[in-house]
Amino acid sequence: MAFDRSDLDLFIPLTLFGRLEEVLLGSSNHHVIPFRVYLNILLILLLFTVVTVVVSRIDFGAANAFIAMFIASIKAGLVLLYFMHLKYDDKLFPTVFFISIFFLLVMFAFSHLDIITRVLENNIL
Amino acid sequence: MGTAIVDKNKNYLNEKSGLWSWLTTLDHKRIGIMYMIAVMFFFLLGGIFAMLIRAELFKVGPTLFTSPQYNQVMTLHGAIMVFMVIIPGIPAFLGNFFLPIQLGAKDVAFPRINLLSWYCLIVGAAVVFWSLLHHGVDTGWTFYTPYSISTSNGTTWVVAGAFIIGFSSILTGLNFIATVHKLRAPGMNFWRMPLFVWALYSTAILQVLATPVLGITLLLLVAERVMGIGIFDAKLGGDPVLFQHFFWFYSHPAVYIMILPAMGVVSELIATFSRKTIFGYKAIALSSVGIAAVSFFVWGHHMFVSGQSEVAGIIFSFLTMLVGVPTAIKVFNWVATIYKGSVRFDTPMLYALGFLFLFTIGGVTGIILATIATDVHFHDTYFVVAHFHYVMVGGTLMAIMGGIYYWIPKMFGRMYNEYWARITFVLIFVGFNVTFFPQFVLGALGMPRRYFDYLPVYEPLNRISSVGAWTIGVGFLIGLFVIIQAIFKGEKAPENPWGGKTLEWQTASPPPHENFHNQPVVTAGPYEYR
Ligand SMILES: [Cu+2]
Repeated sequence: MAFDRSDLDLFIPLTLFGRLEEVLLGSSNHHVIPFRVYLNILLILLLFTVVTVVVSRIDFGAANAFIAMFIASIKAGLVLLYFMHLKYDDKLFPTVFFISIFFLLVMFAFSHLDIITRVLENNIL
Repeated sequence: MGTAIVDKNKNYLNEKSGLWSWLTTLDHKRIGIMYMIAVMFFFLLGGIFAMLIRAELFKVGPTLFTSPQYNQVMTLHGAIMVFMVIIPGIPAFLGNFFLPIQLGAKDVAFPRINLLSWYCLIVGAAVVFWSLLHHGVDTGWTFYTPYSISTSNGTTWVVAGAFIIGFSSILTGLNFIATVHKLRAPGMNFWRMPLFVWALYSTAILQVLATPVLGITLLLLVAERVMGIGIFDAKLGGDPVLFQHFFWFYSHPAVYIMILPAMGVVSELIATFSRKTIFGYKAIALSSVGIAAVSFFVWGHHMFVSGQSEVAGIIFSFLTMLVGVPTAIKVFNWVATIYKGSVRFDTPMLYALGFLFLFTIGGVTGIILATIATDVHFHDTYFVVAHFHYVMVGGTLMAIMGGIYYWIPKMFGRMYNEYWARITFVLIFVGFNVTFFPQFVLGALGMPRRYFDYLPVYEPLNRISSVGAWTIGVGFLIGLFVIIQAIFKGEKAPENPWGGKTLEWQTASPPPHENFHNQPVVTAGPYEYR
C-alpha cells in the first residue's frame, strides 16, 4: 500500500546539517525551534512508522484503509506542523494549505457521490 | 526618493539589445512581450486550423480532408487555442506586463520563475507539435477515455506537452499571488487595487489550485496508455467516467482562467472610456473571487449524458446556476458604469462593448446548457460549439484585442492607426456573429459537433458560417498588421493617451527598466474620475 510509505516522513531538516549553529544562534528573524523539538518529532514519527508496520500485519477487513490513512494523516500532520513550520508561520500559510485540502476533498466527495449514486440507481454491486 | 540622474530616453526596450538579452531577460515586461509573440504565433496556427475546418464544412461530403485528417485538424485547433492561446493569453502576456506596474512594483515576486514559465510554454508546445510526427492526435482537446487510451501514439506526446504547459500556468499563478501579497506600493491596499489585478489574483488562485489536478490526470492517462494500470480502463476494473471527473475538475475552472482576466481587462476599459468612477468596485472585485470559488463545484455539467448518476447531474445542474449570480453582478455593474458616463468610442472601448454583447449571449446560452432537461437535447450539437465560442472568442479574444489596443501606447510608446483598428473591429465583430449565430440554429436543428460531414439540410447555414469565419480571419490579419505597424511605424504616444487613472498611466511610455523613475505612493482608489 502506498499510504504507509514511511520514507516520505523521514525528512531531515536543515538544522541537522551544517546550519545548526546559525539557526540556534538565531541569525534569521524566523521563529527558532529548539533542536529537541525536532528530535522528539522524529522519534514520534519513527514510533508511528513501527505502528504502521505492525498494524499492516493485522487484518481489520474494511477498516484497513481507514486505519492506515488515519496513522498516515497524523504523521503528515506532524511533518507539516513542525518540519514545515506551519505551526509557527504567518496565518496565511495554514489558510492556503487548508484551502487546497478542502478543494481536494470537494473533488473526492463529488466524484464519489457520482459513483455511489450510479451504483444505487442502476442496482449494480 | 531622489534619483541622481535619470536618463529619460532609456526604457525596457532599449535598455539592452540583442536576441540573447531577450531570451535571458528577467524583466516582467520583456517576458510579457515574449509571451505576446509566442501567443500570436500559436493563435495564427490555431486560426489556420479553424479556417481549414470551416473550409471542410463549407459543403456536404468530403472537401479537403479524409475524416481521420479532419479529426486531427479539429483536435489541434482546440488544443492549441485552449492551452497555448486563451489560457496564457491575458494573464501571461498582458498580466505579466501590467500587474506589477499597476501595483507600483518593480517586477514580479519571482522573476526567474517568471522566465521559466515562458520556457515551459515553449517546450510544452514543441512537445505537442512533435506529436504531429507520430501520426497526429484525434481525440479532441479533452482526451476522453476510453478512446484516448487506445488511439495513436501521438496522444502520449500531446498529453505530455499539455502537462508541461500546465507548469507554465501554475508558475505564473504562483508568481502573481506572491506579487499581489508582497510587492504592493506604499498605500496600495487591497481596496485600491485595479480590477484587472483583482481578476488576475482570482485567476491565479484557480491556476494554482486546479492545474495540478490536470497534471495528475494527464500523468494517469499516460500511465494507463503505457503501463495499463487500470484506473480508467473498464476492462481492468477502472472507470472511464472518472477521467471526465478529474479532467473537468480542472477544465471547468480553466474556463474561468480564460474568462476572468478578460473581465478584468473589460473593467479597466469601461472605467477609462466612460470617464466615470466604476460602479460597484467592491462588487466587481469580490465577484471575481466568487466566480473562482463557485467554479470548483460545477464541473459535472459537462457530464450530464456521459453516464454520470442522475443525482449527481441534478446537483451539478443546480450548482451551475449559481455561476450566473456573480457573472450578472459584473455585467450590471459595467452597464451602470457606462450609464451617464462621458463615453469615448475608441477601438478598445468598441471591443469592450463587443465583449458585453457577445459574452452575455454566451452566458445566457450557458444557462440553457446547464439545465439538464434541455442539455439532453443540445449536448454534442453545434449549439454547444456556438455557446463556448461566444464565451471564448466573443469574450476572451475580444478582451485580448481590446487590451492590446488599449495598452499598445504604453507597451511600445506608439499609437496604432485608429481608422484601421476600427475596421478590424467591425470585421471581427460582424464576422463572428455571422459564423457562430447560425451554429446555434444548426445545433437546435440537431447537427452533431465534431463530425467532418453533415446531412444536406444543414448546408446553407454551414455556408454562411464558413463565410463568417473567413471574415474573422481577414479581420484578425488586418488587426495583426495594425499592431505591427503601430509597433514599428506608429506615431509617438503620450504617457497617458486615454486619461487612465491606474498606475501604469503615471509612468513613461514605454516604461523604464524598473517601471517607475520614482517609487509611486498611492493615496486614492484606481478609478476616481468624478
Ligand atoms: Cu464547465
